[in-house]
Amino acid sequence: MKPAKLLRVAIRSIARTKMRSMLTMLGIIIGVGAVICMVAIGQGARSRIEQSILDLGVNMVVITPGTSSSGGVSRGAGSLNRLQVDDAEKLADESMLLSAISPVVMTGGRIRAGGGNWRAPFYGVDVAYEEIRDWPVADGQWFGQADVRSARKVCLLGSTVANELFPDQDPVGQQIIVRDVPFDVIGVLETKGQTAGGEDQDDCVIAPYTTVQKRLAGRQFIAQILGSAWSSDDVTAAMEEAAAIMRESHGLADWEENDFTVRNQSDLADAATGTTEVMTVLLAAIAGISLLVGGIGIMNIMLVSVTERTREIGIRMAVGARPGDVLVQFLVESVVLSILGGVIGVGVGYGGSWLVAYLTGWPTAIDAVAVGIALGFSAAVGIFFGFWPARKAAGLDPITALRYE
Amino acid sequence: MSRKNTVIRLHDLQKTYTMGRNEVHALRGIDLTITAGEMVAIMGASGSGKSTLMNIIGCLDRPTSGTYELDGQRVDGLDRNQLADIRNRHIGFVFQGFNLLARTSAQENVELPLLYDRRNSKADPAAAAREALERVGLGDRRDHLTNELSGGQQQRVAIARALVTTPSLLLADEPTGNLDTKTSMEVMALFEELNDRGLTVAMVTHENDIAACARRIIELRDGLIVRDEPVLNRRIASRDLALTGAA
Repeated sequence: MKPAKLLRVAIRSIARTKMRSMLTMLGIIIGVGAVICMVAIGQGARSRIEQSILDLGVNMVVITPGTSSSGGVSRGAGSLNRLQVDDAEKLADESMLLSAISPVVMTGGRIRAGGGNWRAPFYGVDVAYEEIRDWPVADGQWFGQADVRSARKVCLLGSTVANELFPDQDPVGQQIIVRDVPFDVIGVLETKGQTAGGEDQDDCVIAPYTTVQKRLAGRQFIAQILGSAWSSDDVTAAMEEAAAIMRESHGLADWEENDFTVRNQSDLADAATGTTEVMTVLLAAIAGISLLVGGIGIMNIMLVSVTERTREIGIRMAVGARPGDVLVQFLVESVVLSILGGVIGVGVGYGGSWLVAYLTGWPTAIDAVAVGIALGFSAAVGIFFGFWPARKAAGLDPITALRYE
Repeated sequence: MSRKNTVIRLHDLQKTYTMGRNEVHALRGIDLTITAGEMVAIMGASGSGKSTLMNIIGCLDRPTSGTYELDGQRVDGLDRNQLADIRNRHIGFVFQGFNLLARTSAQENVELPLLYDRRNSKADPAAAAREALERVGLGDRRDHLTNELSGGQQQRVAIARALVTTPSLLLADEPTGNLDTKTSMEVMALFEELNDRGLTVAMVTHENDIAACARRIIELRDGLIVRDEPVLNRRIASRDLALTGAA
């Protein structure tokens, strides 16, 4: 028989039992829909995490004390934190690939202002921090080189801190007191939002690192050095260069391991997306099982259908259908059922992921590959689970089939 | 009689079924020749082997031994696919229970054999089906579903389906078994008309007044032909129908 005829015969038999065909397809519809939905949610979560990490700055290079590899050799207590302002200055002087360098001194404490108080991290940074983090002020102005050089007691408030301490007033021009040290608020930073980890980036106060070291931290060591490569292509090279300069600065011998770690944002992004990828695969696998169950549903119905249509098969054989014709007819029927279910399932998947995006605000991304795999898999399910019933139909003896009641 | 006009030639046809350890000899050696244009009634009690004979003539079953020539071609020993093709090209079936596809229009039912016609002998299957339906007087019921038709109409759809491939043999198995007397006569009148136009008809029946419409009666008993004679006082179904219609 010609393929067009085959398809027509299959579609007619499916149309003759609409309700049952619909119920048969339901398993595949739900399976395919679930796979597409789950993958879309997973992809959406991944792209969201990637985006929020990259928001920190694509070109950013972070140098932290301590080694990432546990060499097995115990170091002295002093080696735990050996990042110093000198290191940052050396990097700023010698690096060709980093466009900006800023040390970060971290402290914290209760911040008092007017009648209220608030606890927030307190960062001491250099002027270049604005460029590295791409974090301008919404109001007021950034501190300048002069402020850093003379360790002036000025600060910038993150938007959360500004709202907490000065709900009704303009914070710029006000004064805050941190551990008895008064700082003049000269600006409020733009709102950054949360990090991928759910931390509020706007809950902080920023001041010149010189001031923080002198007035609050009272020590030489710094928490990290941030740098910014000229372009994202230079990041890897810039990291190598920074490591080399740091080794020189720390006077490390060739056999000694780094006592610092150089990372960039894409390392963080990779780690985070790796986690979501595992999640996506897991969700898709669970959804895939429902596809399998849908396939078994098709096999079940096709088997029942073969028994129920024994007489029809006998009639077809009596008027000249070869066993192969009957086999192909039933196979085409189950494949049409499963592909039709798959196509509807894709629609359901699209609708479902849109609904998830709409209700939760998560971004969802429909993956064309997932759609293709789900459709292909549903066709395969149709062939695989349709074959046994089809062979059973083709193997019927025409006389027995005609007499079947 | 030239070989060319022979539609069916059976020689020493035997069929043995094995049921467990028992062998059942359904046919014990049938010799039978049916020539073109005959109208034969095959009679016999149940268990006489008439159904088995019918199945073998219809190429639904294969003989255990003996030869079977249909239209001058040996068909014993063909495989399932070849038998299917023979059924499609050479034989039109009419069954007791009509055996139409449910929830399917008369037109589609009649087109069914053409679906499996590998030679595509009909350029326009739909037109051929229409023509066959018109021949059985159902030209106006083409689009009716089978369950919307009466028993007599359903059997006529089945006859149209048997005719659509222009077979050399119309094979009917108790064609009037499910019909009332009047409708039975209508169907027989149709057979008569088709036979008068040259179609070879073979039918299995256990009703004497149906067999009386044939030109020749063959009776089987215990797997053997015990009677084979022409019908001397043939009943003309169309005439009977006209009489009852007038009464």
